[in-house]
Amino acid sequence: MQSEHLVAEAAKRILDNVADPQSVNRAKDDAWKAPAWAALEEAGLTLAWVPEALGGAGAELADGFAVLREAGRCATALPLAETLLAGWLLAKADIASPRGAMTCAPARESERLTLSGNGTLSGILRSIPFARGAKHVAVLAGRQGGGEAVGLVDASEVHISDGSSIGGDPLNTVSFNAARPLVVKDAPAGLDRQGLLLMGAAARAMQMAGALEAILDLAVSYANERVAFERPIGKFQAVQHNLARLAGETAAAVAAAGSAADAIAHASTFDEPVFLETAAAKIRVGEAAAEGAAIAHQVLGAIGFTQEHTLHRFTRRLWAWRDDFGNESAWAVKLGNLVAAQGADGLWPMLAAR
Amino acid sequence: MATELTFDAIRLPSECVALRKEVRAFIAKEMEAGTLDPHGGGIDGAYSADFSRKIGAKGWIGMTWPKKYGGHERSFLERYVVTEEFRVANAPVRLHFVADRQSGPMILKYGSERIKTDILPRICRGEVCFAIGMSEPNSGSDLFAARTKATKTKGGWLVNGTKIWTSNAHQAHYLIGLFRTAPPSKENRRHGLTQFMVDMKTPGISINPVYQMTGAHDFNEVVFEDAFMPDDHVLGEVDGAWKQATSELAFERSGPERFLETFYVLTELVRVLGERPDTRCAEGIGRLVAQVHALRRMSVSVAGMLHAGKEPVVEAAIVKDVGTIWEQKLPHKARDLAAFVAPESANRATFEERLNYATMIAPKLTIQGGTTEILRGIIARGLGLR
Repeated sequence: MQSEHLVAEAAKRILDNVADPQSVNRAKDDAWKAPAWAALEEAGLTLAWVPEALGGAGAELADGFAVLREAGRCATALPLAETLLAGWLLAKADIASPRGAMTCAPARESERLTLSGNGTLSGILRSIPFARGAKHVAVLAGRQGGGEAVGLVDASEVHISDGSSIGGDPLNTVSFNAARPLVVKDAPAGLDRQGLLLMGAAARAMQMAGALEAILDLAVSYANERVAFERPIGKFQAVQHNLARLAGETAAAVAAAGSAADAIAHASTFDEPVFLETAAAKIRVGEAAAEGAAIAHQVLGAIGFTQEHTLHRFTRRLWAWRDDFGNESAWAVKLGNLVAAQGADGLWPMLAAR
Repeated sequence: MATELTFDAIRLPSECVALRKEVRAFIAKEMEAGTLDPHGGGIDGAYSADFSRKIGAKGWIGMTWPKKYGGHERSFLERYVVTEEFRVANAPVRLHFVADRQSGPMILKYGSERIKTDILPRICRGEVCFAIGMSEPNSGSDLFAARTKATKTKGGWLVNGTKIWTSNAHQAHYLIGLFRTAPPSKENRRHGLTQFMVDMKTPGISINPVYQMTGAHDFNEVVFEDAFMPDDHVLGEVDGAWKQATSELAFERSGPERFLETFYVLTELVRVLGERPDTRCAEGIGRLVAQVHALRRMSVSVAGMLHAGKEPVVEAAIVKDVGTIWEQKLPHKARDLAAFVAPESANRATFEERLNYATMIAPKLTIQGGTTEILRGIIARGLGLR
């Protein structure tokens, strides 16, 4: 609990300093990114989930999740979550993390990378966030003979398409054509693609909860300042009730994401309780993102629809992040099927397990 | 963040896990004995003197209260577990539920020593039913417009006026009433109201049923005609009831009953859709389960804060706002998802019966215990908009 606060506070200080949404929004180019990344890396935040022996900061899982909430509160346009996840995946297979930005793959349930007998990787993985710009890609691949392996791949070994998400951040197709990994090791028992997706979903849920907190803050401040019909618009009941709904959606997101992160941090494997927590969080946070962004835009009116205002930095990422590591519908079908298979009388015991 | 909302992840401690097992074993035994019918009794918690006495004997009423008043000095989180298990089982807890949730804590905090010693142990034994007398014909959400008057007389007060929408008044032994003891002051329109513990056997009280649209008798009109209240039945400060209400509301608003009242519809939906639902139905179930899971985690989180002695008034209002909207929409979503279930399906009749009942009671969920509009006003104040 204590360390969580310390690490998150350190992250907040650095992000406020080097990636404050206001300054970033005013920046004419991406020149701010390199020093911002250097500051995060210097503080050990990019490899928080990697043990010291493998080149990281050796922080707790809870610390990393708290950092991601802070990153969401700043709509940070840097591959912080991706590098954290990549480092975590590599460390699971006892592979040391290099410095610099990374991403991890696959990020979709249906896609698969194959590790052939000669040690090369083949496959096409779509919708990989921040692949463009990453120095390395951490991958989970199926061995041709069966079993899963974790590999570290230099970005120059693969083809990375152009493309960006609705949030304006890189979102790319990565083609592995007999790519040779720098290191490859067996994945530990219990870590499969679903485990990786769950970890990614929990990470995104924390960023999204943070972004919702930020737009609630923005919308409330604006409603208190903006005067129309001779009073602050926040004095109008219609506006108050919209903001109360935004607070409700934000609360649901914060509670669901925080609970999922806590479940993962205290579980040894990606078991059923972790699945319920994480799938439910990604679904509920995604729903809150749609509802919440719509309310924030309604409250801010035309100014919130401009390039000049920072609101879009949050809302566009909220919309985009819904699709990473499984969207609401994909997780809902899986969760619904699990509930149905267990039967009606298993539902309440499953919900009340924690 | 200027508007920080706190919903820390709470893991229920091991004593809660053990207690949950115990409660489930008790429920299973009662179901076997036929004294608890999850599909009967009007569904939303029937009134059963026998059942409430049994729960009292188990030590599951007044769980957090001091032992000297018959309580059990257990944690608020343990109480939470008992409440949610009984709610989901549709256990007949109507007799003691309000007393346990809010009237007892109110008496504990503001009652005279004589009242506390007399009433609280009886609540804990599951013997007394409380009603809440707040609303009046011309004063609903706006409690401070109450006009039912208590006039000072020798040794007590004489009450005249009418309360309405009073749930359980016809079965209640006591009622906590909000009466006007002085006119509102110029500076404070909330001034001048006092809370009393009313013995329903008092001469001068008459109760008239107001039947609900479902046909159920729950609401009543309670008429006071020179009903005498002894001085020691005043709860807290004369003319100062407005100071007493707010902190209790966090307990009243954030409990599992604020999103689980129609939960049986979801259970029966899963049953009627079967083990292998199509993609549309699987997605529908998945979303509903995710939503109720998130609500439960919010509610448990508020329980954790109450347990730690905090007063999460805004967070509690949010749980009730989001929770009651969800439980109100649930029957309609379930109806959509079950639209293509074959007419001859095994569990369809039960599903439809539950669904019809839940559809009919759904409108009250966002009205009782603080309307959506009132809650959103409280949340807006918490956000710094008022």
